[in-house]
Amino acid sequence: MESTILKTENLSAYYGEVKVLKSISLSFAENKVTAILGPSGCGKSTFIRCLNRMHELVDGAKVEGRVLLRGQDVYSMESTIVRRKIGMVFQKPNPFPTMSIYDNVIAGYKLNSIKLKKTEADEIVEGSLKKAALWNEVKNYLHKKGTFLSGGQQQRLCIARALAMKPEVLLLDEPTSALDPKATAKIEELMEELKKTVTIVLVTHNIGQASRISDYTAFLYLGELVEFGPTQKVFTVPRDKRTEEYLIGKFG
Amino acid sequence: MKGKRAFKLSLIIAVLIVAIIFFAAAISLTLGSLPALKEFGWKFFFSKEWDPVSDRFGALPFLVGTLLTSFLALIISLPLSLSISILLGEYMKNGRFSSTVKSLVDLIAAVPSVIYGFWGLEVLVPFVRNLEIKFGIVPYGVGIFTASLILSFMIIPNTASLAREVIELVPGDLKEAAYSLGATRYEVIKKVTLPYARSGILAGILLSLGRALGETMAVTMVIGNNNNIPKNLFYPANTMASVIANEFTEATGDIYYSSLIAIGFALFLVTALFGILGRYIINKTTIKIAK
Repeated sequence: MESTILKTENLSAYYGEVKVLKSISLSFAENKVTAILGPSGCGKSTFIRCLNRMHELVDGAKVEGRVLLRGQDVYSMESTIVRRKIGMVFQKPNPFPTMSIYDNVIAGYKLNSIKLKKTEADEIVEGSLKKAALWNEVKNYLHKKGTFLSGGQQQRLCIARALAMKPEVLLLDEPTSALDPKATAKIEELMEELKKTVTIVLVTHNIGQASRISDYTAFLYLGELVEFGPTQKVFTVPRDKRTEEYLIGKFG
Repeated sequence: MKGKRAFKLSLIIAVLIVAIIFFAAAISLTLGSLPALKEFGWKFFFSKEWDPVSDRFGALPFLVGTLLTSFLALIISLPLSLSISILLGEYMKNGRFSSTVKSLVDLIAAVPSVIYGFWGLEVLVPFVRNLEIKFGIVPYGVGIFTASLILSFMIIPNTASLAREVIELVPGDLKEAAYSLGATRYEVIKKVTLPYARSGILAGILLSLGRALGETMAVTMVIGNNNNIPKNLFYPANTMASVIANEFTEATGDIYYSSLIAIGFALFLVTALFGILGRYIINKTTIKIAK
């Protein structure tokens, strides 16, 4: 029996008066990859930004409903703690250009002024980079700025940076949409490995990607949760007509 | 076709005129200061003697005056201008308050410096004098400190506007990355925004310094016009710019006149030196972004 690690209850989100998410209830199984699928503008990104409370950073943004991390409402916790427990990787690779590769990996600790012993920091850097499958490529350049890396390497550096905080859940917001197919394949492969230790929520509008690597798929359309289930089921016998039409490429 | 060529030609001519004026000024300065430099040699720049009666001249007191007032002004104004730029660039990007403060800051730069000089004489000098009495310092009122105070206010806009602009330009996705790692707003500003914006902020500081080094009118009015090396920061002094403004009309002898021009030459060199140094630092600290 799989256990639920993260769960939303009637989650609605607004930008000013505009309601962009309509009462979404969804459960995420531990150590699985759940894909949030849907056409551009359907609210996928907004949805996962509500999970780690990034949504509220936008002026006029508002959230209703509950998000429970192991049964605890994240909106009653410190937002900074929530974001450390639920890590995030963005669409465009965004390593800090002012920091070395090494410092980028432990950026979460540096930003939060958490003191690390040298050996501890070394361990976290090596461990996170290994988990992100980047160690072998950068181990000789750890103290150089990360900006000379390729796009795919930069994205894996961002994954390492998120993993360094030892999150329970990792949110990936279209992490490969700015990358070439080879770099994409590498990151997809990586997710298979990562889900052994961390629960993954993957936003994508790439249908193939969702079918390749996710265990569960949620289909969002116009701010509504249209369908949710095991990926195989959703892809082979979708219950909703809109899901089917999206999957066969009728719109989106 | 003909119009095009004429247009391009007129652009080139305009640029040439500017370049010619620049070099003409530099050459005039050099030629004008030659008699003094021949008389005193390079020692002119390091001699602290300034005695029109016996025709002995040296630029050191004014060099000291200029550097002291400029850097003291910079130190006083930095906290103010950086606070303004962080508040307007990060916390209050829009709204009536922010646009009002923005125009106010720009207005500071637009006020003629003679007005600051007057205000300094009427308000700052008595204020500083009272302070000096309280602390048991000789109460001149005028001097290095007063000049630095007035300068520090005048050079706020240069740093504040440029720093605000570069702070606004810090990419949002970097700040988001920091927030997603659990950073607070303060931590984001301190460890992501400011490091990213630092070369632009340095450029702003440099503009402020340039303004402070060359500012003439306001400084001349409140610095006390004393041609000796100041004994302390509350002592009357002269800067390179203020001694020229003050003594040009009374410089009757050839060597006296040439010495003043030589001070202008030195001011030119000092400003250029800081300009080049600043460029170098900015280039060093500019973040090289791939792609």
